Amino acid sequence: MNVDGIEKAALAAVDAATDERSLDDARVRYLGRRGELTVLLRSLGAIDAAERPAAGARINAAKARLQEAIERRGGALAAEQLEQELAEEAVDVTLPGRSRSGGSLHPITMTFRRIERIFEAAGYDVVSGPEIEDEYHNFEALNMPADHPARAMHDTLYLDNGMLLRTHTSPVQIRTMEARPPPIRVICPGRVYRKDNMDASHSPMFHQVEGLVVDEGIAFADLKGAVVDFVHGFFEQDLGVRFRPSYFPFTEPSAEVDVQCVHCLGDGCQACGQSGWTEVLGCGMVHPNVLANVGIDTERYTGFAFGFGVDRFATLFYEIDDMRLLFDNELRFLEQFA
Amino acid sequence: MKYSEQWLKDWVPITVSTAQLCDQLTNAGLEVDGTESVAREFSGVFVAKVTAVEPHPNASRLSVCQVDHGAGTSTVVCGAPNVRPGLSSAFARVGAVLPDGTAIGRSDLRGVVSEGMLLSTRELGLEADADGILELDAEFEFGTDLRVALGLDDVVIDIDLTPNRGDVLSIRGLAREVGVLNRLPVSAPRIDAVDADTATVFGVEIANYAGCPRYLGRVIEGVDISRPTPWWMRERLRRSGLRPIDPAVDVTNYVLLELGQPMHAFDLDQLSGGVVVRNGQTGESMTLLDGRDIEVDETVLLITDSDGPVAMAGVMGGERSGVGTETCNVFLECAYFSPQTVARTSRRFDLHTDAAYRYARGVDCQLQAEAMERATRLLVDIAGGRPGPVVEAVSEKDLPAANRVSLRKSRLDLLVGEEIPVEEVERILDRLELSPSCAGGVDDRVWTTTSPSHRFDIAREEDLVEEVLRIHGYDAIKSRVPIVPLPLGRARVSELLDARLKDLLVDLGYAEAITYSFVEEKIAGLLDPGGDPVSVVNPVSSEHAVMRTSLLPGLVTALRNNLSRQAARVRLFETGQCFRKDADDLAQTTLCGGILFGPREREGWAHDRDRVDFFDVKGDVERLFALGGLTVGYVKAADPVLHPGQSAVVLVEGEPAGRFGRLHPEVETVLELPSGVFVFELEGDAVLARRRRRHGFVSRQPSVRRDLAVVVDREISAASIESIVRARLGKILAEFTFFDVYWGEGIDSNKKSVAIGLTFQHPSRTLTDTEIARHLDDTLLDLTRRLGVRLR
Repeated sequence: MNVDGIEKAALAAVDAATDERSLDDARVRYLGRRGELTVLLRSLGAIDAAERPAAGARINAAKARLQEAIERRGGALAAEQLEQELAEEAVDVTLPGRSRSGGSLHPITMTFRRIERIFEAAGYDVVSGPEIEDEYHNFEALNMPADHPARAMHDTLYLDNGMLLRTHTSPVQIRTMEARPPPIRVICPGRVYRKDNMDASHSPMFHQVEGLVVDEGIAFADLKGAVVDFVHGFFEQDLGVRFRPSYFPFTEPSAEVDVQCVHCLGDGCQACGQSGWTEVLGCGMVHPNVLANVGIDTERYTGFAFGFGVDRFATLFYEIDDMRLLFDNELRFLEQFA
Repeated sequence: MKYSEQWLKDWVPITVSTAQLCDQLTNAGLEVDGTESVAREFSGVFVAKVTAVEPHPNASRLSVCQVDHGAGTSTVVCGAPNVRPGLSSAFARVGAVLPDGTAIGRSDLRGVVSEGMLLSTRELGLEADADGILELDAEFEFGTDLRVALGLDDVVIDIDLTPNRGDVLSIRGLAREVGVLNRLPVSAPRIDAVDADTATVFGVEIANYAGCPRYLGRVIEGVDISRPTPWWMRERLRRSGLRPIDPAVDVTNYVLLELGQPMHAFDLDQLSGGVVVRNGQTGESMTLLDGRDIEVDETVLLITDSDGPVAMAGVMGGERSGVGTETCNVFLECAYFSPQTVARTSRRFDLHTDAAYRYARGVDCQLQAEAMERATRLLVDIAGGRPGPVVEAVSEKDLPAANRVSLRKSRLDLLVGEEIPVEEVERILDRLELSPSCAGGVDDRVWTTTSPSHRFDIAREEDLVEEVLRIHGYDAIKSRVPIVPLPLGRARVSELLDARLKDLLVDLGYAEAITYSFVEEKIAGLLDPGGDPVSVVNPVSSEHAVMRTSLLPGLVTALRNNLSRQAARVRLFETGQCFRKDADDLAQTTLCGGILFGPREREGWAHDRDRVDFFDVKGDVERLFALGGLTVGYVKAADPVLHPGQSAVVLVEGEPAGRFGRLHPEVETVLELPSGVFVFELEGDAVLARRRRRHGFVSRQPSVRRDLAVVVDREISAASIESIVRARLGKILAEFTFFDVYWGEGIDSNKKSVAIGLTFQHPSRTLTDTEIARHLDDTLLDLTRRLGVRLR
């Protein structure tokens, strides 16, 4: 009985199997119902009974070893197979992904959001109002009667229906004070218009944020605090802030605010005309005439107001050197802010 | 205004540097715009006298001159027509360097060696043009460096004055401020009354005292206007930005700059009767000095004589009575006009003269007599003549009264936010000539001030607060943070934030645009034919002539800009106010609009190259309205601007809330746009309206999906199929989808095939196959009856 011989041949056949099928062929040939080892085992009846147990054990041992070899080989083949499949499924991970490409917010909107976040966190409400205004809300209520020389500072665009394009967002302050009693803490963001020609630093349409605080005991020192904190918050650094006396019909005392140039930090450069300062904001204590116009008791309440050009802050913060870019809407410009 | 620092120093003995002075002024509210040297760099130029002039032997236009320059005499070849013996001029000796960099050397000019050069004001960089060499007064000593002699090491300080500080629009006004800031005395030049030399007078009468409370007139006979204005005066005018013209004009301008009082000189021989200051009459007209013909009316204050208007009061003189080279008798006007009157006229006729500028901002109403004497003295000294007596018409009660204003220490401290010591306040009020009188103790002190006539801007307590604070220094006040109560607001579910809307559009691939709110009328009409926009009366250009009624004109313009710069794929959106006439009123509503053009996606290996179509815009519109979660429907639009077969109106809760689709091909053609531009424009309020979500019921039962493919007429809408199916199946229908729509080969030409996926789910039990089959049969029956579908 050539068990050894059969086992040797069978193991060789298992080793030689290159895929699941040839491995199965080998299993059927040796271990199947008519397989060589199965047949051998079945033929044990023909041999001497005394030798039968030993022979049976030998055959069974060979079967077991063969079975184990088949499983091992099967595992190896499956692993090989998987590896091959995975290799075939591999992609170039450096190719761009598949998704809808995103757009971008306008830098003016991003600037508005920065500003609003700072003030809202401190408890200011954000309020807005109409862009087409009447003379009363844009000028008269703000202590600028018809022949006031300060109107020359506001080159106004007039409309054929007798109204005008607001020259600042101050009318929103008036509308706010008309609508609610003090204490008032609001900012008024929005578009404003002046009859300016377009150039690198002017536009007939631009954006403002104005702030208004009216309460008991509000002082110039509070105004300074609010403006300085805002400037530091917006530019994310403690730039120098300078208050200069100035004049606005709707505030008294009034101030213009210069901020240390963000480019040279005060050393003087081309951007700030070598002065080291950039003029960014106008402010003051709300003029009693303005408070009286909206029926607020000027002995009990005082307030401060400030206003600034958002476009100016945007161009400074995002280092935009020409204001015309803001309204040109060229994608290559806009997409930089994605 | 431009101020010569040297001129200022005649009035105040400043010791601080120019830079320090500029800082002081800026910090006191007189913003220095810039400084400029009055003369460019040059050297080696001296005052010299021409002692002899002979013709050049070889050139008819040149002369050979002997020039005494203090250190000797040099031979100079000169081509100037005004060179003559005895003339004092500017001599550049050998080695001199002129402002344009020219180095003067010894040079042979047609056979004569010139040892230097006589210079004109142009060559010295002082004036743009010159007729000949500089003519200096004889008083200058030969050999003096010209820069020293003419005070050319001077700086012009340009100050951007705020409208309330008309009092600083003169050397005198600035000197007062500088005096206060530096605690220095201010000394005015001595101005004495000039005695009358003739009895000639020209009558003055005021018919409108409110517009003209005071008018002074004076005749000066026998002046010689052809005499040159002296160098020093011309130079001061030049440094202040004014062009010297003739002695009469120069003197009035000089007084304007020096004292801040506008004056006017008339040619007396062109006037008849007497001067009457009165309002115009309808139909009256006059020709101004600048040649403009102006129609006046009752609102315009005029200076008139018996023949009609001779000047527009405080704004500009008339041509008829203007001073010219022939003038020998002059009538000088020195008046106080009301600021409002001059401001109104100046703005109405767009005449922004130096006089109008000052009158509109206010002139010292007590200054006229002094200014008249000053001008008379200067004019007589320069041009000779015999002054007559001053004639004055005045209404004291119409002159501004001296303001008396009280300042409470308590109010000052409250408004400032910290205490300014009483002594400091009093020192400041004193220095400002506000003559404060005190009442009360140290803590309840009240100061009552009386403003000098030049400080007409101080009218109330807050003005005094500003004056004290301005001189004390804004920077001296410590910042503080307001301490306020912190009430909480309410969360609001019914309103989306505008930021959410913008963020979604950005995530959908749109870049945000900001376009002008005023647009070209033609484009506005094309993109919103029924819009009837509000027009801008004084637009910056015809491209910005009407207010937008729609965002589309701006977006289309932005698209065109991008296409002209080779952009292939454009997606832009904008939110902003649009303006529509609404019965008698004006509706200002926020709209949200977008524009799409080109390939759906950026070019890439993973993307198809399809171009955007109707369903791209619609998908984005659906996403926007999904934010609010309200019931949204879509119906075909009938909009002349949009493609009739590819446009829709959005209905939110049944109300129209916007439109979208493809631009009408004819509109594309007129706008020179390529084909395939898609737009949307939605009501901002509708997009931002939000429904409050609530939990309902989520079934855990197994669901079953069945598909239904039907053939139906092409014009039957998907919405009608869906609504019939939903009505029939009710709550048992968990999901509905159109998974395929097809027309073309294999289907009748007027039909289409629609494949519907239906997912059934019962809230509380498993559905049986029989039940589902019955539902499907019922659904199909409804569709067949109502829409004539047949199963495919």
